[in-house]
Amino acid sequence: MNFDYSDDQKFLKNEARKFLDGNCTSAHVRKVLDNADLSYDADLWKGVGAQGWLGAAIPEEHGGLGLGRVELCAIAEELGRACAPIPFASTVYFLAEALMLAGSDAQKAKWLPKIAAGELIGAFATSEGPGVVNAANLQSNVVGGKLTGVKIPVTDGDIADVAVVLANEGGKPGLFLVELAGAGVTRETLKTLDPTRSVAKITFSGAAAERLGDAGEGFALTEAVFDRAAVLLAFEQLGGSDRCLEMAKDYAMDRYAFGRTIASYQAIKHKLADIYVKNELARSNAYFGAWALNVGAAELPIAAAAARVASSEAFWFASKENVQTHGGMGFTWAVDCHLYYRRSRQLALVAGAPKVWKERLVQQLERRNAA
Amino acid sequence: MDFNDSPEEAAFRIEVRTWLEANAPQKVDTKKMSEPEILKLAKAWQATKAAARFTCMTWPEALGGRGATPIQNVIYNQEESKFDVPRGFFDIGLGMCVPTVMAFANDETKQRFVAPAVRGEEIWCQLFSEPSAGSDVAGLRTRAVKDGDDWVINGQKVWTSGAHYCDFGILLVRTNPDVPKHKGLTMFWIDMKAPGVEVRPIHQMSGGSNFNEVYFTDLRINDSQRLGAVGDGWKVALVTLMNERLAVGGSTGPNYAEIMALARSTVTEDGNALANDAFREKLADWYVQAEGLKLTRFRTMTALSRGQTPGPESSIGKIISANQLQDLSNSAIELEDQFGIITDTAIAPMEAAFQQSLMWAPGLRIAGGTDEILKNIIAERVLGLPGDVRVDKDVAFKDMPTGR
Repeated sequence: MNFDYSDDQKFLKNEARKFLDGNCTSAHVRKVLDNADLSYDADLWKGVGAQGWLGAAIPEEHGGLGLGRVELCAIAEELGRACAPIPFASTVYFLAEALMLAGSDAQKAKWLPKIAAGELIGAFATSEGPGVVNAANLQSNVVGGKLTGVKIPVTDGDIADVAVVLANEGGKPGLFLVELAGAGVTRETLKTLDPTRSVAKITFSGAAAERLGDAGEGFALTEAVFDRAAVLLAFEQLGGSDRCLEMAKDYAMDRYAFGRTIASYQAIKHKLADIYVKNELARSNAYFGAWALNVGAAELPIAAAAARVASSEAFWFASKENVQTHGGMGFTWAVDCHLYYRRSRQLALVAGAPKVWKERLVQQLERRNAA
Repeated sequence: MDFNDSPEEAAFRIEVRTWLEANAPQKVDTKKMSEPEILKLAKAWQATKAAARFTCMTWPEALGGRGATPIQNVIYNQEESKFDVPRGFFDIGLGMCVPTVMAFANDETKQRFVAPAVRGEEIWCQLFSEPSAGSDVAGLRTRAVKDGDDWVINGQKVWTSGAHYCDFGILLVRTNPDVPKHKGLTMFWIDMKAPGVEVRPIHQMSGGSNFNEVYFTDLRINDSQRLGAVGDGWKVALVTLMNERLAVGGSTGPNYAEIMALARSTVTEDGNALANDAFREKLADWYVQAEGLKLTRFRTMTALSRGQTPGPESSIGKIISANQLQDLSNSAIELEDQFGIITDTAIAPMEAAFQQSLMWAPGLRIAGGTDEILKNIIAERVLGLPGDVRVDKDVAFKDMPTGR
């Protein structure tokens, strides 16, 4: 039994933490939070690229480090803990994973080295309005290699160079690669719950689009990309949840009320114990997702769903109870609790809400039962 | 990251499996057997295991073990669980009581007791909890009064698993009420068949009787039966309780798979109940929790396999599993609608498994540490939060306020 990070992976994780402790402090996150014109921390983005993290799981032949997905999970955990305000997920968990999953040799050769080198930012564009996009309501359409439609919200859509877009072509749903600097693309930055991550509305009016993967497979490929992203996002969520528990503990130990530290009251102790229990269940489910992703196991869909459900629930709970433990101070802009409260929502929604994943999980159980 | 045995572990697993295939008794339907009949089978199986040193495996060879690593112990238990062998009778004795005897008794006592316990010839129980001392077990009232070389014991213990078939027990009593509660306790071993010991079954809210009350009326024992110094009983008890987590197994009962099957066969106005959105969300939650616990055990095994001490994550198990069992059982009977009230095993779905677990679950949330105490343990020992204010710390036991 070998169900934990290896020593090398722990070392990598520790190095990542050290780097982020210096380069992604609360002040760095707040710079993006407080400046409406700033979509991400460009210095941190460069630094992360220089560390090689963008290409951690990209094969060496395409300019990456060729490490496994578990190494990428270790990095993700630290990015989540630091609440990093960079388009890492959009570029690495979505664009790079979509390319590695469905890209032709030419597409991989063209884009993966640029991702690994930190030369481009990616985005993944599926949603078109409130609720879940599906075959019945998908409007975006490609005719003769030109894309028309509106995608909203697109995380990092305002700063991305390349987007993977879900659209119909000849009545068949597919994924398409679109260069966003080209003609026929209008972008508008949106106000969101988490201003430390950027979101756009993108209007395509005849933008050049190149299919990624097979025609007709748009929804299946989207689900497959979401499965991969869900595991990696789960580690960001886990890192955030752990940080919330630490913050709540540190505050409770040092806050006195009625003549003693509030950490000695059972109401607080049990609250923090509840956070701990949820975090550990999430960690175990996330590890299983990491294993499934790393070896390409048939269990990936159910493992990803369980990881996403557990981590989304854990981070939400930890982030809201962290505010509560801080009392009135927790409700101020100056204290960091709201950074994680906001990020917990961003991460829980970006690859589809937990309710959707619960349904996917049960469908997997039904399939397993039928088999 | 993988789930594979190391080469040594794989070899040991094969050794264990081969032995079990050759030696495990034929499957018998214990449902129709009486407890003494099952106990007889269990004792025979324990003797077989002891002869091959597949019990108490981590103990030194001199004490009947084989000096095995904890991961080898886990591997054996995993493999044994695939066979339908009688189990459960020896866990508390060999997991908690006998290790306490080994730690505190003189050589003569160890010589007398350890080997027969390992072979399953004698079974031990643990006599700590009392009607007025549950979570706060150091508040116990059973009195031992010195009389020459003897002690005379009066009082009552409760929730004693297996007392009615046990031969010996370890007994925590109050020897000095004039000092604060933790300081006036002493531990002894006793003969459960001695005059002055009376065992009565407890009638549980579930209807069954899996535990006992044990009454002591002028029970006379010799001072040589003392384990540890007079007044050191709490220290000795901590050694016993340290082993509790290892000895108390995981909970059993219906899980997400069973309720899924129930839902599939239950008709509602929308078709079968498995089509219901609210139900599907709950089902996903139960799956995530159950898988989370299973995978957390894999993390514990990983630490053992790497020769490390498992982290505190193993402490979350019972809080989750007991609460889930209660919640899932209730959802199941509500799914059955009016029919859910029926407990007749011939009529209720799945032989009334959910009705039974509904009535059993409250006990699981209490036994071996209540939800509340387990959360205190996580808060204090795992997260390092301070202990609660202790108003009884410096008060003589006899001056402490008492209610029920």
